[in-house]
Amino acid sequence: MKVFATYNIKGGVGKTSTAVNLAYLAARDGQRTLLWDLDPQGAATFLFRIRPRVKGGGKALVQGRRPLEDAIKGTDYDGLDLLPADFTYRNMDLALDAAKKPTRRIARLLAPLAADYDVVFLDCPPSMSLVSENVLEATNTLLVPLIPTTLSLRTFDQLTEFVASLDGRRPALLGFFSMVDGRKRLHREIVERLPTQRPDIATTAIPALSVVEQMAVRRAPLATFAPRSPACERYEQLWAQAQQLTP
Amino acid sequence: MIDPEQKVAVALTIDVYSASHRSGSAGVKFRNGCGVLDRHEFVAQGEVPSPFAAVVSALRSRFTIEEGAPRTVRRTWLDTFDWRVHRAGLTLEHLTDAGRTELLLSSPSGLRISGESGGSTEPGRADRLGAGPISDRLAPIVGARALLAVAESEGTLRDARLTNQDGKTVVRISVEDGFTATALAPRVTLTPVRGYGREAKRARRLLASVPGFEPTSESRLDAALAAGGRHAGDYTGKVDISLDGSAPASVALAAVLLRILDMLEANVDGVVRDLDTEFLHDLRISVRRTRSGLTLAGDSLPVGLAARFAVEFKWLGDLTTPVRDLDVYLSGLDATIGESGEGEALQPFRRYLARRRRAERRRLLAGLRSRRFATLTGDWRAALLDVSDHSVTDEPTAADLAAARITRGYRRIVKRGSAITSASPAEDLHALRKRCKQLRYLMEYFASLHDPGSHHKVIKELKSLQDCLGRFQDSQIQREAITALADQMAVEQAVPAPTLLAMGKLSAGLESRQRDARGEFAGRFNRFASAKTARMITALPVRAAS
Repeated sequence: MKVFATYNIKGGVGKTSTAVNLAYLAARDGQRTLLWDLDPQGAATFLFRIRPRVKGGGKALVQGRRPLEDAIKGTDYDGLDLLPADFTYRNMDLALDAAKKPTRRIARLLAPLAADYDVVFLDCPPSMSLVSENVLEATNTLLVPLIPTTLSLRTFDQLTEFVASLDGRRPALLGFFSMVDGRKRLHREIVERLPTQRPDIATTAIPALSVVEQMAVRRAPLATFAPRSPACERYEQLWAQAQQLTP
Repeated sequence: MIDPEQKVAVALTIDVYSASHRSGSAGVKFRNGCGVLDRHEFVAQGEVPSPFAAVVSALRSRFTIEEGAPRTVRRTWLDTFDWRVHRAGLTLEHLTDAGRTELLLSSPSGLRISGESGGSTEPGRADRLGAGPISDRLAPIVGARALLAVAESEGTLRDARLTNQDGKTVVRISVEDGFTATALAPRVTLTPVRGYGREAKRARRLLASVPGFEPTSESRLDAALAAGGRHAGDYTGKVDISLDGSAPASVALAAVLLRILDMLEANVDGVVRDLDTEFLHDLRISVRRTRSGLTLAGDSLPVGLAARFAVEFKWLGDLTTPVRDLDVYLSGLDATIGESGEGEALQPFRRYLARRRRAERRRLLAGLRSRRFATLTGDWRAALLDVSDHSVTDEPTAADLAAARITRGYRRIVKRGSAITSASPAEDLHALRKRCKQLRYLMEYFASLHDPGSHHKVIKELKSLQDCLGRFQDSQIQREAITALADQMAVEQAVPAPTLLAMGKLSAGLESRQRDARGEFAGRFNRFASAKTARMITALPVRAAS
């Protein structure tokens, strides 16, 4: 079982769109896939038309009172399941903090699912918290969407340093430019230059196109309604790169 | 203390996983992500004018329904002649759905692997399926056997998604009807979506109320087989016949020989069509089983019968030998080519063998189409049926015959084997091997009269000895064959030097294999000839009290 996470300390950078589209592509290719919407805002859950509610809330899951598999819902797509968001996830840090080995709790919760899923995606809330430390512990590859600006690159560097400072297993990091506005010179320059200089930034960039925003209107992954759109093609390329990076 | 919410969760889980057991509606497990859920099926009993409309109408009261377009679906189920896929608990289906084809391997426990079909509905050998998880799974199960179409259906399939207020699919329904190739009843399938057990249960209740539909546990394959008058596992290569130990010996023997004749005849078509090499192998086993029966117990049959048919079955055995030998050389050669890396050099030899096989097959087919073969099988059946009708009451019982002949067969092997030394010629081991085969067949005939535990133990020891003798003899025959074939090849065509060298290496490899088998013989024979095995032979018959 390979675990991918979409993570950035900032919100609104394309984490959920990436997690939903890549999870769909993984399932479409025949991999048994689970997406865990860890963000209490529940955007991924909304996109799959599933109600953002987990009985017992995040606390029951973290404490192991309710097995993860009991909370899983089938999506409308073959091979793709969702562990929904719940508003109580906003307090997940507290529940994690009370657990033994608090930074490894999510990894331990996922372990029993290894026989049933080939791929797990974690769609993370935008923060630097105990949840994100758990995600770093549980993940093989961390996918980091970046707006092509100097400040967001600085944040990526901080994240890289933080991951390097971790003891034990460290996830592979793959930054990629997201919400790229081709009309902005700065965006164009950064997207062209950076991936050639930094191997940890993907050559694939996701454009800021209205078709991506349409996902929230149609409540469906991009490939189901615009499979030949440039944005969808980029997600396909990004998924290929992410898999190559993941041993 | 139980958390009330946890209690609800547990109740819901039970609802999804065991709803079928409570309702009596049979569910077929299928895997959905990390869970195995029950898929429920219903079939029409009698005429239902418009099955899809009837189903949708019943469900519309509680669900919003997204109706799919009708499409033509053709299914061809594949298995080997001896049902290896079925016996492994699997179902292999070639599916054409709206023009798209795929292979589907599934099991009642929830396995579901789909793969590319390669186009043909009858792919033949598993290694022609193309690399992938389906062929990985099937290759060791199917072995040398061909995958053949065992049943088919063609009908119209229409899906419907039941959705909730958010437009989320909570249950899937499909209705298949309008069958053309095989007369099947319309079938409704309810597929739950993980986490929506309550909705599935509600939909199932509504479906159960549709007039004319009943829950079914019969799979599509079983229904399609039944429509053609068949059932899964209707052929086996085993003499699985239950005998009455107190029946007259001739009647029991005739029943066994009739069963063997059925198997012989069942394999003729596969031999003629050359579907795979195992048809001929099984046909030859039937011939050998019959000949062994005639040799070891033929005196129980009416006077003259065994002698008359022994000649005919020897003819049939001899008729089939050349092609079988070439099949063995060819498959052995393919294995050697794979291991030795002499593939290129051995290709002329392989082509030569394949040509010889084609020629020998022509002779074999002429024999199987001859009047002599038709008379042999027809007269043999008539004679055996006649024995069953005219048995003599004062003859020994089946149990007496079994005990006497198996004990005699065992003693003869012990006597013959004890005389074998390291200096004995290969023919002596070959003769012993034949005796072992005969005893094995006798054991099979009368297995139903034996204590299963003792039977199993004797067979295990006998098989161990047979395997060793088999390896010795096969290596000997193949070595002789390579020498003879090399000579023939040289007469008929120019043989490249690398080919001759590679054949020499093959022969050397076989000689070493033969030496190993000879080295193992003494140990295996001594175990078989031991007092312990002799006691097991005595313990074979089921005691009257049990």
